[in-house]
Amino acid sequence: MHGLANPARFLRIARWLTPLLFVAGLVLAGGALAWGLWFAPAEGLQGETVRILYIHVPAAWLGMGGWSAIAVASFVELVWRHPLAGIAARAAAVPGAVFTALCLVTGSLWGRPAWGTWWVWDGRLTSMLVLLFLYFGYIALAQAAAGGSTGQSRVAAVFGLVGAVNIPIIHFSVLWWNSLHQPPSITMGKSAMAADFLVPLLVAALGFSLLFGGVVLARMRAILADIQTEARLRRKALG
Amino acid sequence: MREALDPWIFVYASYALGVVGTLAMAGLSWLAMRRAEARRERSREP
Repeated sequence: MHGLANPARFLRIARWLTPLLFVAGLVLAGGALAWGLWFAPAEGLQGETVRILYIHVPAAWLGMGGWSAIAVASFVELVWRHPLAGIAARAAAVPGAVFTALCLVTGSLWGRPAWGTWWVWDGRLTSMLVLLFLYFGYIALAQAAAGGSTGQSRVAAVFGLVGAVNIPIIHFSVLWWNSLHQPPSITMGKSAMAADFLVPLLVAALGFSLLFGGVVLARMRAILADIQTEARLRRKALG
Repeated sequence: MREALDPWIFVYASYALGVVGTLAMAGLSWLAMRRAEARRERSREP
């Protein structure tokens, strides 16, 4: 793990891994969405609207997964001063926010025909909306810290760590409070979902996850390149 | 009584937003990476 702390070694791996993750993610996610849209069956109770599942659920998992990644990277940055950890946390913020926004919008589009309403202020929806606002706050803090002092970067890392308190709240919200949102159908090692729905859902989740990984690597490479360019220009300016 | 809604409108809207949002994010991140790395290469020139 610490071997990857070396930016040169990281770049050597990221150069071939980034396009691989992009292509594999696009193929798998595209295939799973086509499967969900045209070949998966409609559900008995929800009818055709169940097809929104193949976008909504991976988006929800990645929205939460993105913040979990920020929290882990922030912890590593604060404790071990891992040089790439802060960059990884910054790189995960935008894709995490995009997937959280997609989860909220597709959930709203699912809620209208399924529940008869676009939005309810219940625990699951509200805590997911709070996650989106946390992402906005983190992105603003990380942006302000970019190129600034270590202290500013630590403020973003502490925010990333503290914001993780929302992740279990989102997860357990449907169990703790009355909600229109259904309880989890998939838990560790168990699924209440028929294979006709579960298999394309898992393929879609894998595809979007690979794409998420590719986007994070691409953004890390961009941040690293900016840092190296700035350092080089500064050295040149100093003579 | 609940009004009858065409579910396909909601399904297609979700897929369109999901696909466009994901592709835009992936494409912009890829372009930002290529631009930043090209800038770094230019900065190496004497």
